Amino acid sequence: MVKTSQKSRINKVILYVVLIAITVLMLIPFIWMLSASLKYDKDVFTVPIKWIPENPKWDNYKVIWTKIPLLRFVLNTSKITLIVTALQLLTSSFAAYAFAKLEFKSKNALFLGYIATIAVPWQVYMVPQFIMMRSFGLNDTHLAIICLQAFSAFGVFMMRQFYQGIPDSLCEAARIDGMSEYKIYRKIMLPLSKPALSTLTIFTFVATWNDFLGPSIYLTTQNKKTLQIGLRMFIGQYSSEYGLIMAASVISLIPVLIVFLCLQKYFVEGVAATGIKG
Amino acid sequence: MTFDTRTNIMPIFGRILEIREGGGRPILAYDNMNNKELSVTDAKEKQEKLNALDAKMKQLQQRLMTEFNVWGLDSKKDKDKIKEKDKLLKEMKKTQKAIEKIKTGKLLSRDGKRNLVAYSFIAPNFIGFAVFTLVPVVCAFLLAFMSWDGNNPIQFVGLDNFKHLADDTRFIAALKNTVVYSVATVPFTLIAALGLAILLNKKIKGRAIFRAIGFFPYVASLIAVAAVWNNIFSPGAGIVNVLLTNLGVAKQNLPGWAADSQWAMFTVVSFSVWKSMGYYMVIYLAGLQGISAELYEAASLDGANAWQKFKNVTWPQLKPTTFFVIIMLTINCFKVYDQVYMLTQGGPGTSTLVLVYHIYQTAFVTSTDYGYASAISMVLFALVLFVTIIQFRGEKNYAND
Repeated sequence: MVKTSQKSRINKVILYVVLIAITVLMLIPFIWMLSASLKYDKDVFTVPIKWIPENPKWDNYKVIWTKIPLLRFVLNTSKITLIVTALQLLTSSFAAYAFAKLEFKSKNALFLGYIATIAVPWQVYMVPQFIMMRSFGLNDTHLAIICLQAFSAFGVFMMRQFYQGIPDSLCEAARIDGMSEYKIYRKIMLPLSKPALSTLTIFTFVATWNDFLGPSIYLTTQNKKTLQIGLRMFIGQYSSEYGLIMAASVISLIPVLIVFLCLQKYFVEGVAATGIKG
Repeated sequence: MTFDTRTNIMPIFGRILEIREGGGRPILAYDNMNNKELSVTDAKEKQEKLNALDAKMKQLQQRLMTEFNVWGLDSKKDKDKIKEKDKLLKEMKKTQKAIEKIKTGKLLSRDGKRNLVAYSFIAPNFIGFAVFTLVPVVCAFLLAFMSWDGNNPIQFVGLDNFKHLADDTRFIAALKNTVVYSVATVPFTLIAALGLAILLNKKIKGRAIFRAIGFFPYVASLIAVAAVWNNIFSPGAGIVNVLLTNLGVAKQNLPGWAADSQWAMFTVVSFSVWKSMGYYMVIYLAGLQGISAELYEAASLDGANAWQKFKNVTWPQLKPTTFFVIIMLTINCFKVYDQVYMLTQGGPGTSTLVLVYHIYQTAFVTSTDYGYASAISMVLFALVLFVTIIQFRGEKNYAND
C-alpha cells in the first residue's frame, strides 16, 4: 500500500511538471511581449535573452498614445464591440427562445435559413456584402461593422441548443399560470441561461474586438479605424520600434483578458450545454 | 308579421348565424355571437363556404376511419401509409382552422396570434440576418456568373469566371496551399488539444488557471501575437534561431522561417496550432465531462493502466467529439486568412498564398474583379460544403451514441 501511494505521488509530481512546462510554452509569446514592451529597442534581441529588463522603460506605455491615435482606436473598437455584443446577446437569445420553445408557422423553413448560412464562410459573401453596404452608403461607417457582426446565425444556433436542454414543462407551467411568452423569456429563461450567454459573450466580444479583415475592408478614414487596424498600421510604419509595438499589443489584449477572466468559469459548462461540441 | 322567420340556424359553439326576414324590413343576417348585422349576400357566401368545408371535413373523417386503421400501423412496414395518414391529419387540421376562422369571424385565430408572438421574438435578429447575410450569400452565387468591376454595368458571362480559374496559376497555388495547410494543421491541433484536455480534466490544483492559460492564445488579438511570433521566429536575432545556434546548427543552415519559402508554411501552421488549440481543448473538455465515471471504475477493476483506459474508454467515447473537432478544424482551416496576412503576406512567392487571401486581393487590392473573386469564393464554398455533407452523414452514425 505504501508503495502505491508513493507511486501515485510521483505520478502527481510528473503531472504537475508536464503541465507547468506546457503552460510556460503556451505563455512564452505573452511573456516575451510583456518583457519587450518594457525594453529599449536595442535590448529586445540581446542574447542571452533577459526576461526581466534591468531598467524597465515604462515610457513606452506613455509614448504609444501620442505616436498613433491609440485612444481614438480604443474608443472606436470599444464602441463597436459593446454594441455588437449587446445586440448579439439580445437578439440571438430572443430569436432562439422562439425556435426552441414556441410552435409557429414556417419555423423549420426559417431555421433552415440560419443553418444553411452557418456552413457558408463569411469570406464567400464578403464581396457582395461590401457592395451592398456601399450602395446603402454605409461604407466607412461603424454601423457597417456593427450590422455585419451583430446578427450571426451562430448565436441563434448556439442559444437554441442551450434552450432545448431546458425542460418544456417549465414553460408550460408558467403558461398555465398565465405568464406571457415575453415574461417567460425574461423571468425564467434568461436567468437560467447564464452559461450560454457567457459563452456567447466571450465568442462575440473576442471576435469583434480582434476582427481585422472586416474593418480593413470597410473603414478608410483614419479616425474611424479600429484598434487592430491601428496596430497593424503601426507595425507597418514603425517596424523596428519593438518596444512600442509590444506596448500597444499588450494594451490591445487587456480588455479581452478582463472579459475572459470574468466569464471563464461558466465557459466549459457553456460549451458543454450548448452542444457546440457536436 | 313582426317576428322574424328563421331560415337558417347554425349552432356552432353557441354562435348562431341566422337570416331574418319579414316585417317589411330588408332582409338581414344577424350574427348573434358577434352581435352584428350582415348583408344577406355576405351571410350566404359565408354559409356556402362553411357547408363546403364541413362536407370536406366529413369526407376526411370518413377516409380516416375507413382507409387507415389507426391502431394497427407498424412504424417500419407501413412507412408510406403513415406518411399518407399524417398528410390527411394535417389537412383535417387545416380545414378545422378554416372553419373556425369563418365561424368566429376574427381576423386572427389563436394560432395567428401565437405566430405573431413568435415572429416578434425572431424578427429583430432575422431581419438583420436576412439583410446582411442571407441576401449577400445569394448575391455571391449570382455574382460568380457575372463580370463586374463595381463601376461599369454588370454583365452576365456564364461560366467564364470558372473557366478562367483553370489557367490562373495563383489560384491553383492558393488551392494547393490551402489544402496543404489544412492537412498539416488539423492533426497537430487535434493531438495537442486532446492531450491538453485530458491533462486538464484531472483533479489538480489550479485547474481553472491552467485551463484559462490554455485557452488564452485563442482569444488574444491575432495581430498582436503574430507580431510576437514574427520576432521570436525572426531569421536574424529571434530566440528560436538563437536557440538553434546554441544547439550547434550552422549559420547557413538556420531556417529563414516566414521569409524562407521552405519554412514559411511551417511557420504559419505552427502559429495556427498554438493559437487555436485552446478552443478545441475546451470542446474536448466538454466531451470528456460527458463520459461516465463508471466506465473508468470498471476499467480500473479490470486492472487497466492509463494507456489502456485511454484506448478502450476515452478514445471510443470521444469519437463524436473528435469527429466534430475534425470537421470544425477543417472548415476553419479552409477559411485561413489573418495569420497568413500577418506572418507571410502569402509569400515568399506563392508559397503560403491561400484561397481567402487570393479572394481578398482579387476583389480589393490588385483588382476590383468582383465576379471573378466570387467565383473563387464558390470554390471555397464547395470545399466547405463537401466537408459539411460528410459531417451530416457522420452525425447520423453517431446519433445513437
